Amino acid sequence: MPELQLREPLIFELSKPGRGAGTQFPPRVAGSAEIPVHLRRATPPMLPEVSELQAVRHFTRLSQMNFSIDTHFYPLGSCTMKYNPKACNTFAMLPEFLGRHPLGPEPQGFLACMYELQEMLQEITGMRGVSLTPMAGAQGEFAGVAMIRAYHRARNDLARNEIIVPQAAHGTNPATAAMCGCSVKEIPCDENGDVDIDALKAAVSPATAAIMLTNPSTLGVFEYKITEVARIVHEAGGLLYYDGANLNAILGKVRPGDMGFDVIHMNLHKTFSTPHGGGGPGSGAVGVGARLLPFLPIPVVGKDGTRFRWLTERDLPQSIGRLSGFMGNAGVNLRAYIYMRLLGRDGMVRVAEFAALNANYLMKRLQAAGFEAAYPTRRASHEFIITLKRENRLYQVTAMDVAKRLLDYGFHAPTTYFPLLVPECLLIEPTETEAKEDLDRFCDAMVAIRREMEQDPEKLSSAPHTMPVRRLDDVRAAKQLDLAWKPAA
Amino acid sequence: MAFIPHTPDDIARMLEVIGVRSIDQLFDEIPGELRAGALGVPPALSEMEIGRLMTDRAASDGRPLNFIGAGAYEHHIPAPVWAIATRGEFYSAYTPYQAEASQGTLQLIYEYQSMICALTGMEVSNASLYDGASALAEACLMAVRANRAASSRRILLPRAVNPTYVQVAKSIAGNQGIVFETVDFDRTAGRTPLESLQPYNGQDVTALVIQQPNFFGSLEEIDALTDWAHQNKIMLIAVVNPTSLALLKAPGQWGARIGGMQGADIVCGEGQPLGVPLAAGGPYFGFMATRMQYVRQMPGRIVGRTLDTEGRPGFSLTLQAREQHIRRSKATSNICTNQGLMVTAATIYMSLLGAAGLERVAAASLQRTADLAAALSRVAGVKPAFTAPRFHEAVLLLDRPVAPVLSALARRGIFGGLDLVDRYPELGHALLVCATETKLEADIDTYSSTLADVMSPSRAAA
Repeated sequence: MPELQLREPLIFELSKPGRGAGTQFPPRVAGSAEIPVHLRRATPPMLPEVSELQAVRHFTRLSQMNFSIDTHFYPLGSCTMKYNPKACNTFAMLPEFLGRHPLGPEPQGFLACMYELQEMLQEITGMRGVSLTPMAGAQGEFAGVAMIRAYHRARNDLARNEIIVPQAAHGTNPATAAMCGCSVKEIPCDENGDVDIDALKAAVSPATAAIMLTNPSTLGVFEYKITEVARIVHEAGGLLYYDGANLNAILGKVRPGDMGFDVIHMNLHKTFSTPHGGGGPGSGAVGVGARLLPFLPIPVVGKDGTRFRWLTERDLPQSIGRLSGFMGNAGVNLRAYIYMRLLGRDGMVRVAEFAALNANYLMKRLQAAGFEAAYPTRRASHEFIITLKRENRLYQVTAMDVAKRLLDYGFHAPTTYFPLLVPECLLIEPTETEAKEDLDRFCDAMVAIRREMEQDPEKLSSAPHTMPVRRLDDVRAAKQLDLAWKPAA
Repeated sequence: MAFIPHTPDDIARMLEVIGVRSIDQLFDEIPGELRAGALGVPPALSEMEIGRLMTDRAASDGRPLNFIGAGAYEHHIPAPVWAIATRGEFYSAYTPYQAEASQGTLQLIYEYQSMICALTGMEVSNASLYDGASALAEACLMAVRANRAASSRRILLPRAVNPTYVQVAKSIAGNQGIVFETVDFDRTAGRTPLESLQPYNGQDVTALVIQQPNFFGSLEEIDALTDWAHQNKIMLIAVVNPTSLALLKAPGQWGARIGGMQGADIVCGEGQPLGVPLAAGGPYFGFMATRMQYVRQMPGRIVGRTLDTEGRPGFSLTLQAREQHIRRSKATSNICTNQGLMVTAATIYMSLLGAAGLERVAAASLQRTADLAAALSRVAGVKPAFTAPRFHEAVLLLDRPVAPVLSALARRGIFGGLDLVDRYPELGHALLVCATETKLEADIDTYSSTLADVMSPSRAAA
């Protein structure tokens, strides 16, 4: 059973006027006297006043209220919660890297890493160019669709503003299309989880800008008609966008460029193991084929002879422009670089191999324990879906109940209710860094939960029982908004 | 095998359960003609080897004495900040979808939101955006949704706003038919004069963006600008430096109280000064705050305090109906992953500094920049560009092109500031400099004496 820290007051409740972490304060100066009174703050902001130890203890205790990869198996589907090697953090935090101002002369040591990272990402995706600028997957998607629009416009093909996405697509896909000023056309999947080819043929038109696909799809299966999909879309004049959310499944086995994709974004915080950080920072590097090279977001790292430099609008006048104040999430990219060098050529292929081994093993074991796989005739990729629709009918338990009960057994829950089109689903992604024993323990927990469903379903519907809080009232949270602490009147 | 725990025996037993002979067979759904050959990437390094490589490369980049600001500021970062932020429980967790197993992250974000509200004088904050520049782009898109009085999608962007922010806003928001119009600055004062807005009196305009302090470090007359915007039913987007808010008027208090409302409508900015290292440009984080009445138009994740089934307080992600995973193409933004770890660091930073400590950081930075500008202006051929009061940056005018001077300084280990010639050619040989509390008097002496040497007539003649 997990032992989490149970309760911690708000930092504001620890605060007392006049207290502070004095060693952190710079000396007092008179400097602010020259600010005109009407531009000055009248009363100090209500920030906490605590000692250094109080702050350290408070935030350490908060950390102990979290599940994390370092403490728990975290099979959150579509998020690739694999081990984040400590070396990546240690060497990305060398003082020379941390102290570097982004607008100083171009740092050759740092840029060498970024240049080689671009080259490696290009090679493993089969693309012709890479920009590391986008700061997360969704911004990578934005860059990709913006490049597609710029490409069509540059060819004076102005009517192409429709993006096709499969029903199972991640929510960022349609949201991105809308942010780029495109409309969205959703097409269904067939019973095997593949894109419905007839529906695709009916959907393409002179308005088709592109199709956005994840492969393996969000249903956890490889889209094996991908070559046909590529042909249909390309013949209609559209481009193919690869959502790299599931790149972990195919690393070194098949390259998006070889499948016919024109542009890809990679979630470096998934496949290349940079930390998820409680919700970021990510990094959403984009790769492109020859047609989209001129449109890459800037800056990109270039090389003149032996000297590395940032390429800007001068070098790429057709670029879709800048997406960040400086160079994207540079420190995240540095961690991805270190990770890739630690893996090397053979290690990268092993990522996909052992991710697939773990996923297929866990799927078979859960099936043997009576759980229903959503696509039982298919291989799992690096993840797979269990549907609890039968259990829901028989015992009135939901996927959410099982997810919450898993927390009591010491496992972070899989992704629930995504993809939306599979009822009562759990999307399970064990990743390659989990040992067989941990998969077996997870399986044992699922078997135990299955027994509880039959004998004591209330145990599930009232779960979790051992966390710092019980199930939270989300309706109250949204109706009686309490979004910031205020001192008692 | 790097990070793979499987023994040969594990592999054999797992393959047997799956019912395949080899791992390769698991990939048999991928058409053979698509299978990749050997990858052209280098072989693996051990941790010792990569450590040596990275240490060497870092050493080659050196540790120059930095006087560049321009949107990224070198402040002291207390030791506890990253010691705690890199704890595995924060570092290796994800977005708190399972609230009960993520109360630490959720409570921390709630505390963060509270602190951002306190600094900005606003009612609600989100859980972060990517960075300051993209936060401005999101603020512009939000203003289009929120300002029901305007239909023009026209946004006024003063030239005194960080030019990179303007570029990013155009890249991101430009695809949605937003028109950005430029507002000029006063060449003497270095700030945005009210007169430059007069052509827009009574016009249909969505929002006016004001950066305080502006890109030149000058303080804008925020009260007059805010009142003008509101008199014309234009939303005011404030772009602010969070450190400066320990000293400067909170955007929520800008301008007069009109009809029970006061201040900026949307506040955003770069959170990096709050405990995040310069790190060659990122990761940083963008912050955003607004009035309660616009909360449903705000992009990004938001954490709320609620009760559990036993009536105990707890925290969860809320108002998710604004977000892409629910609303899909109708979402307020496509943002999903944000900059959580940077927010963790910033929350610890703000807790350690408190209002008093942050005020000292702000005052010391202001003082150091004043000292720096004065010292450099004593060098022959250097003079201050603007007269407006400023925070912790200053523009200096040189009697010659800036780039060669900066190169000469860099060769002597000093990053002397930012050459403004590409961004503001009309200013001539302009140099933007910054000094924070991290700069000692001796550092300022080093810079000014080196500059004097670099610019001395004997050297110029040589």
